[in-house]
Amino acid sequence: MLFHAILFYFFSAVLIGAALGVVFARNPVHAVMFLVLAFFNSAALWLLAEAEFLAIVLVLVYVGAVMVLFLFVVMMLDIKVEVIRKNWSRYASLGIGVALLMAFEMIQLIWFRGLSEDMSGSFAANPEGYNNTKALGSVLYTEHVYAFEIAAVILLLAIVAAITLTVRKRPGLKVQNIAAQVAVRARDRIRIVKMKSETRP
Amino acid sequence: MIGLQHYLTLSAILFVLSIGGIVVNRRNLILMLMCIELMLLAVNFNFIAFSRHLGDETGQVFVFFVLTVAAAEAAIGLAILVVLFRSRRSIDVQELNTMKG
Repeated sequence: MLFHAILFYFFSAVLIGAALGVVFARNPVHAVMFLVLAFFNSAALWLLAEAEFLAIVLVLVYVGAVMVLFLFVVMMLDIKVEVIRKNWSRYASLGIGVALLMAFEMIQLIWFRGLSEDMSGSFAANPEGYNNTKALGSVLYTEHVYAFEIAAVILLLAIVAAITLTVRKRPGLKVQNIAAQVAVRARDRIRIVKMKSETRP
Repeated sequence: MIGLQHYLTLSAILFVLSIGGIVVNRRNLILMLMCIELMLLAVNFNFIAFSRHLGDETGQVFVFFVLTVAAAEAAIGLAILVVLFRSRRSIDVQELNTMKG
């Protein structure tokens, strides 16, 4: 149990450090790398909370797909860091002030107002032979199957929207016109001319 | 020892950090998108902690849907960002004042 607590505090500390790195990184590529670290540590913390399926999904989907997408976009765009850092300190003091105030309020709400006996203890142990993936699937594919199908449609919508937004027609590009190539007939290309034979001079 | 309150505190700190990040990085649209991802992660922490606390898997199903929608949002947001950069050569939010009255 103590080992569990040490792991929790270790992963939380790295997670908060990585989040600070995302916010204050000077280079956008470093920010993406810190975000990857934050997602890895979140996955570890979800494993500690015995949400194994979602922890693996977080690593596979977020680190594997979404973060790579972010990295590609950051590397494609040519961002000038020094221009972005103009007027930085004025916003920084405002943002940090708002953040500290909100953190103070939320933490005192969690620790001093919501102090009922069932909230302050540790998580109850799962029953013997509990399978997180199986339990999740048995809820997802029965009660929430309609929402699951809508989620699939949303992903399709995202694919279509991303492709239609970024596709561009370049003028003067040489492409094949397949329909015209297929529809061509022999008489369009060669002409057979009838003529009398001529003698060699 | 480690219970609901610890996870809620961690999630609150993460959420607040990403709100501060959105205010701090007001000139960089891609960092704002990353801060939104962090915010959704904090929300997912809340869902998972309460799901574990109440012993009900429905919270984890909701995390699944939040992850789906966040992936779609990231894809469309980055596509808009690329189109924006192509036309304006900048991703500064302060310069997006074409529709200002």
